[in-house]
Amino acid sequence: MPAAIVTVLTFLALVGLAWLFLTRTVLGRGFSVPLRTMLRAPETAQYPEQPRPVQPRFHGRHQLNRYADGLEKCIGCELCAWACPADAIYVQGEDNTPQARYSPGERYAEDYQINYNRCILCGLCIEACPTRALTMTHDFEISADNYDALVWTKDQLLAPVPPGGEDTPHPDREVRRRGLNYYGGLAVTPPTLHGGSFAPATPAPASRAAQVVPEVGDPTHRKGR
Amino acid sequence: MAIDPTATPSATPPATAADLDDDIYVEGADWESVVDAVSDDHITVNMGPQHPSTHGVLRLVLDLDGETVTRLTPIVGYLHTGIEKNTEVRTWVQGTTFVTRMDYLSPFYNEAAFCLATEKLLGVRVPERAEVVRVILLEFNRIASHLVWLATGGMELGSTTVMEFGFREREHILDLFEAQSGLRMNHAYIRPGGLAQDVTDDFLERSAALVDLLAERMRDYEDLLVENPIWHARLKNVGRIDADTCLRLGVTGPVLRAAGVPWDLRKAQPYSGYERYEFDVPTRTEGDSFARFLIRLEEMRQSMHIIRQALEVLPGGPVMVDDKRIAWPSQQSLGADGIGNDPDYIRHIMGESMEALINHFKLVTQGFTVPPGQVYVPVESPRGELGYAVTSIGTNKPYRVHVRAPSFVNLQAADVMARGQGVADVVVVVASLDPVMGDVDR
Repeated sequence: MPAAIVTVLTFLALVGLAWLFLTRTVLGRGFSVPLRTMLRAPETAQYPEQPRPVQPRFHGRHQLNRYADGLEKCIGCELCAWACPADAIYVQGEDNTPQARYSPGERYAEDYQINYNRCILCGLCIEACPTRALTMTHDFEISADNYDALVWTKDQLLAPVPPGGEDTPHPDREVRRRGLNYYGGLAVTPPTLHGGSFAPATPAPASRAAQVVPEVGDPTHRKGR
Repeated sequence: MAIDPTATPSATPPATAADLDDDIYVEGADWESVVDAVSDDHITVNMGPQHPSTHGVLRLVLDLDGETVTRLTPIVGYLHTGIEKNTEVRTWVQGTTFVTRMDYLSPFYNEAAFCLATEKLLGVRVPERAEVVRVILLEFNRIASHLVWLATGGMELGSTTVMEFGFREREHILDLFEAQSGLRMNHAYIRPGGLAQDVTDDFLERSAALVDLLAERMRDYEDLLVENPIWHARLKNVGRIDADTCLRLGVTGPVLRAAGVPWDLRKAQPYSGYERYEFDVPTRTEGDSFARFLIRLEEMRQSMHIIRQALEVLPGGPVMVDDKRIAWPSQQSLGADGIGNDPDYIRHIMGESMEALINHFKLVTQGFTVPPGQVYVPVESPRGELGYAVTSIGTNKPYRVHVRAPSFVNLQAADVMARGQGVADVVVVVASLDPVMGDVDR
């Protein structure tokens, strides 16, 4: 028999024996597991150095959002506090005034606190928010070494002022001049003011439609549904 | 112990705990009565509540005759959370965020049972799509729960490889849950009337890929454990319990099926459309810990079978009942600012329909009322029969929510299973019961 055939047959016999060992014997079946695992890519996440991205719908810490012009979306309605099953949210509403306007509505959140000692991150608050003022971000590294640091106040929760916008408060006259359609609907622009005069609700002119950016940053929304 | 090694054996040993007070400095709770109860040839050993192999904070008081257990007394209550009571001061929707925290390894089962009970009281039937998605998530949750059982059980026997394998695969399942609900555990995703939001667009492909992955990884556990002599030596003939004893103690779940009773609520009293899926109820007759191990492996495989069928029949349509008086109003979407209410929905309630805004406010602040009545809804959780006995008196909050927790009831069997076994086998007995202390103490 030529040497080449012998080599091939020996090789095949060895492969067959190895296969029999790995599938038919108790010891071999046990050892087949580490062999298989060695061939797989490791699944270990190097967390603090290379954090793994979270899923898009992740419930991280909250954020209080702003409109493109810097006005706060929160209207101080306290629905988030009502929805919260853990009693973690405290909202103190206050009236907007002609000199100082914080939000498009009548009222704004003068104080807003989320107590992360209590919060269970269930997300009922963001589902309750009628203006998308409250959203949940992908930030989850909020641990602290004392209770007080876990009570987040409004200045910590509030999103940064978007480029081109101004920090609140705004003069009411300025806000009216912009004539922005804050909620995207027809009937609420321009906003009414406590103690102020009521302007007729008219649709925003088509020329202004491009200015209506309901979101800070990326105006296009990817629907989660 | 405080026995002086230099003392002569003829010295009369102290008779009561009070006599020992000067020598040993252990006190608290019922320690003195435990010490007093020690008879001459028996010793009592306290195991837990802070013990790595007692699944959290289970405390076991073992009466030992040498190395043999003559009595095992589980003492529970160290993880009491008052969740049952707390649901009485929360609306029905808020209740789901509470009950999901009881059995934290199978949160979807708690949500599903609570919501099924609420829906039964309301007299509504959830849409087809919500029902099928629930089944898929429930079965994934069963696999995840059994994987944790495998992982922790293996770790308690010293096999850390099994622990890494179990948690490795569970991680993928939790990723799927996170993609749907935003939370890896304690989701509050199943709501009375349907689901909190629809599943993601890639749910079908992702779930199918995950089932394939899990089916492939099942081979690892089988190759590693099923014929492993050490695994056999530790599990076989340990913690035996027969069908009669199981029935007398009210034991359900894999422990009952390992004793030979083919009792599975998914077959016996189908809910959420389980009657439409084809699957087997695995049983064995040995009734020992090894039989429970095999049963759980087979259950994982059956769960994958159910998921594959459900993925095929997943219909389109809404995931929440049409009744606007019940349906939680929000519609969520993703943006640069994270997840929050959809701008279209905001425009609708803030700009177009005052009625919709009023309804939104009413549902968020008050919730819906549920007609008076009392129901008991059981589901087959990974641990056995998980039943919710819910009473409503017609208000927006439950009058009483009582949970028939499988971990709690199954824990009764630990005494029967451990008697006559060695101390090391107690770890196996507790592990094979798979109790979750959050479920036991509630």
